[in-house]
Amino acid sequence: MEHVPISHVLIVTSAMFFIGAYGFLTRRNLVTMLIGVELMLNAANINFVIFDRYLYPDQLSGHFFAIFIIAIAAAEAAVAIAIFINLYRNIRSIDVEEVDKMKY
Amino acid sequence: MATSAIIFYIIAGVMIIFSLLAVTSRRILRAAVYLLFALAGTAALYFMLDYHFLAAVQLIVYAGGIVVLIIFSILLTTHINEKLEKPAPGKVFITSVLTLGGFVVTVYTLSQHNFIVSDTPQAEATVNHIGEKLLSVGEGGYVLPFEVISILLLAAMVGAIVIAKRKTSGS
Amino acid sequence: MSFHFTILILVLPLAAFGINGLLSGKLPHRLAGWLATAAIGVATVLAWVTAYRYFFQSVSFEKIIPFRITWLRFTETLQIDMGILLDPISVMMLVVITTISLMVFLYSLGYMHGEKGFVRYYAFLSLFSFSMLGLVVATNLFQLYMFWELVGVSSYLLIGYYYDKPEAVAAAKKAFIVTRFADFGFLVGILLLSYYTNSFDFGLITDPNHAAFTTMTGSSFLGLSVLTWALLLIFMGGAGKSAMFPLHIWLPDAMEGPTPVSALIHAATMVVAGVFLVARMFPVFSFHAPEALDAVAFVGAFTLLFAAVIACTQTDIKRILAFSTMSQIGYMMLALGVSGYAEYGLGFTASMFHLFTHAFFKALLFLGAGSIIHAIHTNDIHEMGNLRKRQPVTHIVFLIACLAIAGIPPFAGFFSKDEILDAVLSSSPVYFAIAAFSAGLTAFYMFRLYFLVFWNRETVYDHKPQESSAIMLVPMIVLAIGSVVTGFIPFGKFVSTDGQPLHIEMNQPVAILSVVVAATGILIAWALYKKASPLPEKIASSLNGFYRVALNKFYIDELYLFITKKIIFNLVSKPIAWFDRHVIDAFMDFTATVTNKISAEIKELQSGQLQHYAYIFLSGVVLIVLIMIFNHA
Repeated sequence: MEHVPISHVLIVTSAMFFIGAYGFLTRRNLVTMLIGVELMLNAANINFVIFDRYLYPDQLSGHFFAIFIIAIAAAEAAVAIAIFINLYRNIRSIDVEEVDKMKY
Repeated sequence: MATSAIIFYIIAGVMIIFSLLAVTSRRILRAAVYLLFALAGTAALYFMLDYHFLAAVQLIVYAGGIVVLIIFSILLTTHINEKLEKPAPGKVFITSVLTLGGFVVTVYTLSQHNFIVSDTPQAEATVNHIGEKLLSVGEGGYVLPFEVISILLLAAMVGAIVIAKRKTSGS
Repeated sequence: MSFHFTILILVLPLAAFGINGLLSGKLPHRLAGWLATAAIGVATVLAWVTAYRYFFQSVSFEKIIPFRITWLRFTETLQIDMGILLDPISVMMLVVITTISLMVFLYSLGYMHGEKGFVRYYAFLSLFSFSMLGLVVATNLFQLYMFWELVGVSSYLLIGYYYDKPEAVAAAKKAFIVTRFADFGFLVGILLLSYYTNSFDFGLITDPNHAAFTTMTGSSFLGLSVLTWALLLIFMGGAGKSAMFPLHIWLPDAMEGPTPVSALIHAATMVVAGVFLVARMFPVFSFHAPEALDAVAFVGAFTLLFAAVIACTQTDIKRILAFSTMSQIGYMMLALGVSGYAEYGLGFTASMFHLFTHAFFKALLFLGAGSIIHAIHTNDIHEMGNLRKRQPVTHIVFLIACLAIAGIPPFAGFFSKDEILDAVLSSSPVYFAIAAFSAGLTAFYMFRLYFLVFWNRETVYDHKPQESSAIMLVPMIVLAIGSVVTGFIPFGKFVSTDGQPLHIEMNQPVAILSVVVAATGILIAWALYKKASPLPEKIASSLNGFYRVALNKFYIDELYLFITKKIIFNLVSKPIAWFDRHVIDAFMDFTATVTNKISAEIKELQSGQLQHYAYIFLSGVVLIVLIMIFNHA
């Protein structure tokens, strides 16, 4: 990987992050929004690993961060899906525009 | 160009393409599968970096666990034959502008920064080493986050069960 | 010689007002009444002591200020003080006010017995006494103005005492509004005067040699000097309070109040406040603004004749007395208006003398009328008759008062009216003719009243009228004695324009003329009214048009109503009201509507849509990063 400049990799991960953001903001279905969230988390994960590899190769802190983030992402996805299932039971739909109770 | 660079660019291309497909596909199940491929691409990247353990964890948890969860939830909550509707063009426009703007800003910031690439030798990333580090209390030890994560996982488990439980009448 | 006790003369009625006002539900009626009466009684004694000390034990009659505190200070000289000023006219007024008040307080114990608002009545009566006393001892013009307004308020409260009667409420409002309107002129006059003289203090502004007066007389506006305008405006205030034409419309209606109130306020004390004001400012009037003095004389003479003519036609006993009061005050104003200064100041002394004697016999007339009304429960003189057998004491005192007001010697009115006629003669024959003719009219209408009530025909009454109780008779008897005795006071020795005693001799021809004129009036009344006869109606119908106009008080009230309703309301008030409602209120509503709409729009920001919130997060982050980049760059 010595021949790939760090900025290229970071551009790739930023692109993935913003694609995930686009997915989160555009999609109507809650599950597909979750897919966008996972993409964003993933991009951040790669970032940690890359920084660790290029800038501080003697410490493995980025590596461990990435492991922990994966664990947290799993937990969060589980809880999110539990919420979706509860919501589906109540209003028979998981369209995000129908979930609008957090307002004035 | 070195082969590693070429491989890297291929993997990067795969990731980007599949992410784009995941967020724009009109069929839910296909979106989930495209996500799977994007995550697999990430795992390939980790393999390239010689972070074998991390790549394995990525494949098992992310690709194997989370995507499966997503697919289960899709099956439980939607009609998979229905095509997702196209988002409103106004929404698409604003979002693309916003994300493109964000992307440009990020890239600009990145290009301005002088990254000092270090050339110290890389530390060992074997499973032994990782295990030792995870449970060591000394310098560079990660036992505290490890324990905290376990509590978090417990909480998440309990929470997920409670939220998704069907309410039995008269309880 | 200390006069510090004079502050008690003011404080005692004020304390009575406070106690009666604050404890009105809890005090037993008799206690409240006697408390107030005792307070005013002590004040009367103190006033007499002050008069004795001032007039008989001082060397010369100069202004004494036993008490003064500075209240508001605008500049070194321009300040509003509260204090007590003793000089001949204020001491004289202290005696008049306290004595008549005491008589009225005593009389009311009997007259108002059993009324629901008994304690409230005495509270307001005490407030009035306090205000009037404060007015006459004012050390500066603004203090006088403040007590002037207080007197107006007390009058309003007392006229509207029977607040269940709409006529009483309307009359109270009318009195207050008319006098308030006049007081507007008064205030402008005060401000104008004090702008040049830079002081409100009476000592300074009535000093005829004050430097400011030359500047004021120098500059002129519309042909009259600034000083004349200021004094004319001040006189406007006085004319309102003293019911001079054309600001007289409130006085007949003010008779809706209880009769003792009419006796005190609208006969003896409040209505002479205007005369007192002109007398107080007399040096300035006399030296520097003779045109203003001419105006005073003209208004006085006109009102004198005007009121006398109307009084000849009225049938309500209290309204006859009200117009009579208006006419007598016209005499006082006329006398002031024709007066000169120092040895030519007969008019001033005569006016003050007539004020003094008039207080006694007019109050007596009203109290007598009250006694009659209390017995018969009607005000209309055509429903009365032959009362002399049923109410002998009232009859005698009423007769004394009528003789006094007609000007028959040796009663008091003769001496004071004679002095006025003497003063007027030396100034203008026209005014003299008016004054003499009106003296005859006065005798005529007073005796018309007397004969119709006490003689005339035998009327059947619903309840047998009885003589009034002793508590009501004693004040009347005291006032009757006053009406006889006060004529013999050599007033010129005590009250005159410059403080030096004025030697007055009786002018024989004028005296004889006035007695003859009065006797003629009495004889005509005797012929027409002593026995029931159709002659009055025949005369009335032969003067048909003029009689009806006089009966309706020359339609002045209707003229005022026309001006206010048709002209002021339609041309001035309606456009202003329209503007207020449609422009100003609309502007307020507009601001409110705009605020509402904006807030409704902003409210939409919190839509509840997750993705909207996410947008805002993301945009916010991007924006902040952009700002940070550009700040760094």
